[in-house]
Amino acid sequence: MSVDAAALRSARGETRAAPTAARRGQRSRLASIGLHGALVTASAVAVFPILWVLVTSFKPDTRAVSPTPRLLDESTVDNYVDVLSGARGDFLAWFGNSVTIAGLSTLVGVFVSATTGYAVSRFRFPGRRGLMLTFLVTQMFPFAVLIVPLHNILLALGLLGQPLGLVLVYCTTTVPFCTLMLREHFDAVPTDIDEAGRVDGLSPFGVFWRLVLPLARPGLAVTAFYSFLTAWGEVAFASAFLSVADDSKTLSVGLQVFVQQNRAEWGHLAAASVLVALPAVVVFYLVQRFLVGGLTGGAVKG
Amino acid sequence: MRTFLARHWYAYAMALPVVVVVGVLVLLPLAQGLYFTFTDINEANIANPALERRASYEFVGLDNYVKVLTRGESYGAFWSTLARTLIWTSGCVLAHYCLGLGLALLLNRPMRFRGLYRVLLILPWAVPPFISVFAWRYLFNSQFGVVNQALDGLGLPTPVWLGQSDLALLSVMVINIWLGVPFMMVTLLGGLQSIPGELYEAAEMDGATAWQRFRDVTLPGLRSVSSTLVLLGVIWTFNLFHVIFLTTGQNPHTRILVTYAFERFFSGGTRDYAVASTYGALILSLLLVFVTIYRRATRRQGEVW
Repeated sequence: MSVDAAALRSARGETRAAPTAARRGQRSRLASIGLHGALVTASAVAVFPILWVLVTSFKPDTRAVSPTPRLLDESTVDNYVDVLSGARGDFLAWFGNSVTIAGLSTLVGVFVSATTGYAVSRFRFPGRRGLMLTFLVTQMFPFAVLIVPLHNILLALGLLGQPLGLVLVYCTTTVPFCTLMLREHFDAVPTDIDEAGRVDGLSPFGVFWRLVLPLARPGLAVTAFYSFLTAWGEVAFASAFLSVADDSKTLSVGLQVFVQQNRAEWGHLAAASVLVALPAVVVFYLVQRFLVGGLTGGAVKG
Repeated sequence: MRTFLARHWYAYAMALPVVVVVGVLVLLPLAQGLYFTFTDINEANIANPALERRASYEFVGLDNYVKVLTRGESYGAFWSTLARTLIWTSGCVLAHYCLGLGLALLLNRPMRFRGLYRVLLILPWAVPPFISVFAWRYLFNSQFGVVNQALDGLGLPTPVWLGQSDLALLSVMVINIWLGVPFMMVTLLGGLQSIPGELYEAAEMDGATAWQRFRDVTLPGLRSVSSTLVLLGVIWTFNLFHVIFLTTGQNPHTRILVTYAFERFFSGGTRDYAVASTYGALILSLLLVFVTIYRRATRRQGEVW
């Protein structure tokens, strides 16, 4: 039903000059075929690569590189067994490292930036504009300008190759970003609440801690999720700063070893990919509605 | 002074943690990084406590900049790399925006399966990017990749997509466009839904055609969100590293400024930290110039920021 209404509306605009009933009906059907055709094509393009990874993940490596690909080709769950049992690289260790590093970065990012996000949202203090501008400018830092000094710092602290070192490095991106995002979410909490809290005798910090923070909990969750994803998928720093030992790698570095010059284990890579992507996709779909507003909003209001 | 502190005490105390972190982890390294561009620092002369070695790099003035800007291939062929970076950035952002807007316009109509289309279309955004990049590398493989299988089936030539030719640049751009369209689409869809319906009704009453309504109602209504999206898109794409690095590695045909900086920083025997930093500084200055011009241009059009 709703399809017809939409098509009718667009058809009405186009055929205003000669609105005969027959033409309008024909156009609406054509328009709706075009509409659904375009969307089906686009959806197919969007889904196919991922679907193909899923298909490939069940094939043995030798069949995965067969010159005549088929949907099912000696498909088993052997790849998954191999990957999880660590027969092809220490997958579980990579997974653990990724969770630890991304989790710690997120925790530090959200924890450190929450108070500042609130201060920037509520108080008009000298230096506020400069602070906001700094956060914005750091968003456009190419990692190349920081990679050498950070390498230098980690080397001096003896943290090169350590997960903790990478957490420190990720704070350079997560802290400014979280501040911008959280500020946006604090802005959405009405200031009347602050005033009511102050009237009831709470200190400014009490207002923040007891009233505003609990109210901004969804915002905190979204911010946390987003910075988690950023750290989870980061490649450059992880490739440069983690040691070459197999069990210190993160997933984004570890998975690269499946397909190097003298190794082409596409079946195993696909299985590992599915294992990595599945939880991410599930969580993404749960929170994606909240992602967009905060993201652009945080960037717009400098 | 006392009243000043009394008034702003809380604000400064609350802002302090981030100021410290950003100062120590971002601004200080930035200053150091900029200083490194005037030295000959590399792996052999950097301070290394593990080897009990002191720093022995020296100040060399503008030497690095002169080398990068004039020496050509042995220093990353700066100008042609810059040109490639501009092609990469403008191509990707343009395609992101146009495809994203097109799909957002389609999705903005009431119709059947709308929710389903939306869920399917944002899948490329939901999957961790390094996973998608591996998937595309598999699809683009010249021997067993599905792309060439399909071309072969249609009787078309089956080129080596990720090899030593400009096709590799096209391929990584396709991959990045696939990755980035959903974000644009969803954000523009949000922008479309915030345009008041009365504007369209009024335009229709005045006899505006579909094209006129798009040009005079939709595009102006999206201007604010579009200008932010394009700005962010340019910055992100200009600095985008992982797609190219994971797809083609050090292929000179897909080299952009950031990937070359990483190459200099990390590749085997020649860990030239000074040149890597110089590239970083050049990228940052290019972006700052772009942002300044862009903001001035959008502000002239009556934008808030």
